[in-house]
Amino acid sequence: MTEIPHLLVHEHNDNVGVVVVEGLTAGTDMLCCITHDNSTFRLTSGDDVPIGHKIALTDLNSGDTATKYGEDIGKIIADIPKGAHVHTHNCKTKRW
Amino acid sequence: MASKYSNMTVKAYRRENGRVGVRNHVVVLPVDDISNAACEAVANNVKGSMALPHAYGRLQFGEDLDLHFRTMIGTGANPNVAAVVVIGIEPGWTKRIADGIRETGKPVAEFSIEQNGDFETIRAASWKAKEFVHWATELQREECNVSELWVSTKCGESDTTTGLGSCPTVGNMYDKLLPEGITGFFGETSEITGAEHICQKRAVNAEVGERWYKMWKAYQDDVIFAHQTDDLSDSQPTKGNIEGGLTTIEEKALGNLEKIGRTSQYIDILEPAEAPQSGNGLYFMDSSSAAAECVTLMAAGGAVIHTFPTGQGNVVGNPIVPVIKITANPRTVRTMSEHIDVDVSGILRREMTIDVAGDALIEMICRTANGRNTAAEALGHREFSMTKLYRSA
Repeated sequence: MTEIPHLLVHEHNDNVGVVVVEGLTAGTDMLCCITHDNSTFRLTSGDDVPIGHKIALTDLNSGDTATKYGEDIGKIIADIPKGAHVHTHNCKTKRW
Repeated sequence: MASKYSNMTVKAYRRENGRVGVRNHVVVLPVDDISNAACEAVANNVKGSMALPHAYGRLQFGEDLDLHFRTMIGTGANPNVAAVVVIGIEPGWTKRIADGIRETGKPVAEFSIEQNGDFETIRAASWKAKEFVHWATELQREECNVSELWVSTKCGESDTTTGLGSCPTVGNMYDKLLPEGITGFFGETSEITGAEHICQKRAVNAEVGERWYKMWKAYQDDVIFAHQTDDLSDSQPTKGNIEGGLTTIEEKALGNLEKIGRTSQYIDILEPAEAPQSGNGLYFMDSSSAAAECVTLMAAGGAVIHTFPTGQGNVVGNPIVPVIKITANPRTVRTMSEHIDVDVSGILRREMTIDVAGDALIEMICRTANGRNTAAEALGHREFSMTKLYRSA
């Protein structure tokens, strides 16, 4: 891969990906890579998002399940547009 | 079946009981908190010996006392320790710990302070420590197979890069070396919450999986639900985890479990600080997720090398076990490189495969076993933290 990816996604059915570069700004045309098979796609970031933080791969609605590693990682608690930052302000554990 | 890992050897110390150690410490071990001063004085008198001060050992009882003894004896018995001077306030518990360590066959001497005072105890123990240092420093490393190593893992200051890079690197190492016959440890009972259904399935059979689930459930019921004030959201994920992008305990747990790779299965469950009894293979140790406590417990269980994936940069070390730090986070590599032994940030750039990263870790395990000091050793990180189950009497 000659271009370094901005976003990594674990599995094909995940609906969030992880920013893996520092200083990502809103409006970046991101190269996204699914680590399971190294397939790629492009997505425009909707926010400035710090390295390690997540971005929605599709429009997510309050009540949806966040999926990462192909598994349930919690519930979406606010509507999130595709490309926007996903974190504790809009996603929460289902455990408590 | 032979693989490229089958004939790997390291130069290490073969102990009296056949176990293989990668360090050669002479330890001055306090039975209790009030014997720390005497132990530190001995270690100050005798260069090449090392005191392990800690906070406990008085008026503990029941399961908590059993854990104290197990941790003390296991630490002294660890193959990275050549010989031990044990000092306690009174002779009863002191002898119990010394005798427990003596079962390995290594040299052990014990001293108690009552009716002697610190001065006389320090004088007598210093002579013995000096004798042990002379003896230990003439021991020679010999060729040992990598399969004879006991290798533990626990991650810390995790973030989303640990689940993408550093934890799968450890998992790849286990997938390659467990079939060769190493003994492995993973644990962190509280951090499996959110992925317990997956962890249960990674047991070698249903019976072990059920015992694992009961252990995890008992932890939830007896510790979390008994002591929580609201929920764990101020502690799990930690503030560092959240800064690093981890949002929920489920996400954290799934990343954590990447440390046992794709094919590895655990063969048994260990109490905290318990030594494996079921032969070679991977063990789950019921343990705290706090780094220093967990590494201390696994060292007491007999691990001689610890592999530690970190995202945001946990700096933990251990006095007797070298802790190898692995990170995939390029910001941590940039800002905290003095703490990192294996940089796998190339995984995030898709320049490095997990297979290559696993081989890089195996190479670092061999170099560490051969004597290379880890970053944590070079920086003097000697965190020795006892786990305490409940209040003393």
